[in-house]
Amino acid sequence: MLFTSVDDVSARLAETGYLASPAVATTVFLADRLGKPLLVEGPAGVGKTELAKAVAEVAGAQLVRLQCYEGVDESRALYEWNHAKQLLRISAGRDETWDEARTDIFSEEFLLARPLLTAIRGDEPKVLLIDETDKADVEVEGLLLEVLSDFQVTVPELGTITATSRPFVVLTSNASRELSEALRRRCLFLHIGFPDEALERRIVRLKVPGLDEALAESVVRVVGALREMDLRKVPSVAETIDWARTLLALGADTLDEAVVHDSLGVLLKHQDDVLKATAKLDLDAV
Amino acid sequence: MTAPAAGAADRSASAADQAAGEADRPTGLVGPAGTADPVAGVAERLTGLVGALRSHGVRIGTGETVDAAQALEALGLADRERLREGLAATLLHSTGQRWVFDPVFDMYFPRRVGAPSDSEAPADREDLRSRLAAALAADDQAAIAQLAVEAVDGFGGYGASPGSDGWSSYQTLDRLRPQTLMARVRDSVRAQRGGAGFTDRLLEDEIRRRIEAFRAQVATEARRRVAERRGRDEIARRAVAPTADRVDFLFAGRTQLAELRRVVQPLARKLATRLAARRRRATRGTIDLRRTLRGSLSTGGVPMRPVLRRRRPVRPELVLLCDVSGSVSGFSDFTMLLVQALHDQFSKVRVFAFVNRIDEVTGLLVHGTADPEGLGGRIQAEATLTGWHGSSDYGVALGEFDERYTDAVGPRTTVFVLGDARTNMSDPNLPAVRHLSERARRVYWLNPEQRSQWGTGDSAAPAYAELVEMHECRNARQLGELIARLLPV
Repeated sequence: MLFTSVDDVSARLAETGYLASPAVATTVFLADRLGKPLLVEGPAGVGKTELAKAVAEVAGAQLVRLQCYEGVDESRALYEWNHAKQLLRISAGRDETWDEARTDIFSEEFLLARPLLTAIRGDEPKVLLIDETDKADVEVEGLLLEVLSDFQVTVPELGTITATSRPFVVLTSNASRELSEALRRRCLFLHIGFPDEALERRIVRLKVPGLDEALAESVVRVVGALREMDLRKVPSVAETIDWARTLLALGADTLDEAVVHDSLGVLLKHQDDVLKATAKLDLDAV
Repeated sequence: MTAPAAGAADRSASAADQAAGEADRPTGLVGPAGTADPVAGVAERLTGLVGALRSHGVRIGTGETVDAAQALEALGLADRERLREGLAATLLHSTGQRWVFDPVFDMYFPRRVGAPSDSEAPADREDLRSRLAAALAADDQAAIAQLAVEAVDGFGGYGASPGSDGWSSYQTLDRLRPQTLMARVRDSVRAQRGGAGFTDRLLEDEIRRRIEAFRAQVATEARRRVAERRGRDEIARRAVAPTADRVDFLFAGRTQLAELRRVVQPLARKLATRLAARRRRATRGTIDLRRTLRGSLSTGGVPMRPVLRRRRPVRPELVLLCDVSGSVSGFSDFTMLLVQALHDQFSKVRVFAFVNRIDEVTGLLVHGTADPEGLGGRIQAEATLTGWHGSSDYGVALGEFDERYTDAVGPRTTVFVLGDARTNMSDPNLPAVRHLSERARRVYWLNPEQRSQWGTGDSAAPAYAELVEMHECRNARQLGELIARLLPV
């Protein structure tokens, strides 16, 4: 058990600079308490990966990260035999019998542990982050099932390796592909949306300490208004922080048409969106 | 009463408090239900909640229910919002299900039980309105929630005899008219903050959102009161709106269609990856010697895994024939946007719209992605879709397509016809459809009507279905499944 209560989660995550919403704190607490992996979905830039890092920091655990991409396979995710070293070993011991060589080259020494195996071996606490799970192929999900439900990995030559201490597992997904029902069933599901106004204000104040309080409030309100619009890419928390930093660098004390007009590119990444926002916020006069 | 409600609706408030106290003890929540044990009431309530969610198409297994019970035990009943998040985390599997979950949760784990006590009995309408205005101006969530309760209690009740009485959010909002508070709230906020400043222009929208939130709370509260009167299970099944992707195209309202439009892009992305996967799997070719040898290095030069040469993908062509007459336009608009969003999966996409004449609208659609809302209107305005009269005529429209756009359909083309096949008693023109199906690679007909309705009245669906493959496609979920299955790779 890493945490004693939901409040404990909030407080300790906040110490590392991660301000958790009640939903996030509750779900992290449950994931720890029930010993289940946590599947986190949500738009880009709301802090899905950051959450795993923050939990690792709080728990004093090693963060093991598996970055998924199209074509990631068993030998990248689980383990691989070190063929080159095995060949060297065979050619070094020429006088051996086959049986001796065989038992030797399939020992731990020649096993290259990849993230999933690393996470369940050893006694020290670990946080396993499986990032952008939706980018991986469907076959990899099958691979994950054994690891996530029983926390064990089977290596045919060595036998089954079972975790002595369960890692805290976080899977993130951008929902570019529907993850299989079997995988979802094994996880607690958490959707991190955009934070409410008060929380986002606290985040901005924490990340950009030099910013004036009134300005921070205005920043959050403008971003909130933009999120209500029908844009191709709505600004995320990361963009809010970038914008706050930009305003600080520009030395702006308050928001006005000219400042917003000039720095809108930090928030919006498509020309259509910029035009729409300009019309909506009456920035045409500039 | 301020304690979170936990007891059954028909129990007294003290029983509810007792239940909240009991839950701190580690008790077997899903054990056999003892009627005297208040915790068993919680277990029943949880299974009731799960049952209601299942009836809305959320797939929950027994394992998840047990997880939810463990979550309930770990969190206790002291904090309702935490309980909500905890149950959502254990029971739900995707974001869209939250739309169903929240109202159902409000019904099974209500904030309070029964009517507000006498001390907070509602005063007259004006008093409530001014308190609401103050709460909206201060954005005081707790006060707004409290006012929603009082408003429903004071203005929502109708009927006197048991069986015909109830609580109506519509009536409450109609009497209270929160939307008319706009100017008052705005002025009072301006007076406090000073009207100047850049963000002042955002104020009206913000207040509008707060009023919208208040209306939603009134609806929740009215549902809760009705549920106490009529039995929770039934109301949870009937009064909670289904998720957007399960709404019938033919009966979807304006807001639901707007919500649907928002799922076009994510759905298209999902379908695109699924199509890409199908395409990958369809790859069969000769052995690629260079890449096989390269791959054999890790197995000591023995080529264990042959690598096949990738086939050059031949991108299929797609033609869409859409009935955009009033009755099915919601369906057509959505499908057109979806196909447009998928356009990079095909070498050529051509879209034709018809009512009783047919015209190509591919160009309109490409520009239309920036403004999906106005799409239907622009198609009606800029394309020639009607002659002589305004009602749909499949026979004439399909005949005209066959004559005018012969070049659009070839052996590589897959044709989708979207429409309810209601010909208004005119000739269905089967030869034109037969001709079309002979020339195209495949022809599919997606019909937004329920299968049992096909062939009733002026529907020519069975006749068309004999010539081309016809599928029932009533909501976005079915459409997504059909497209993933039927689209050529």
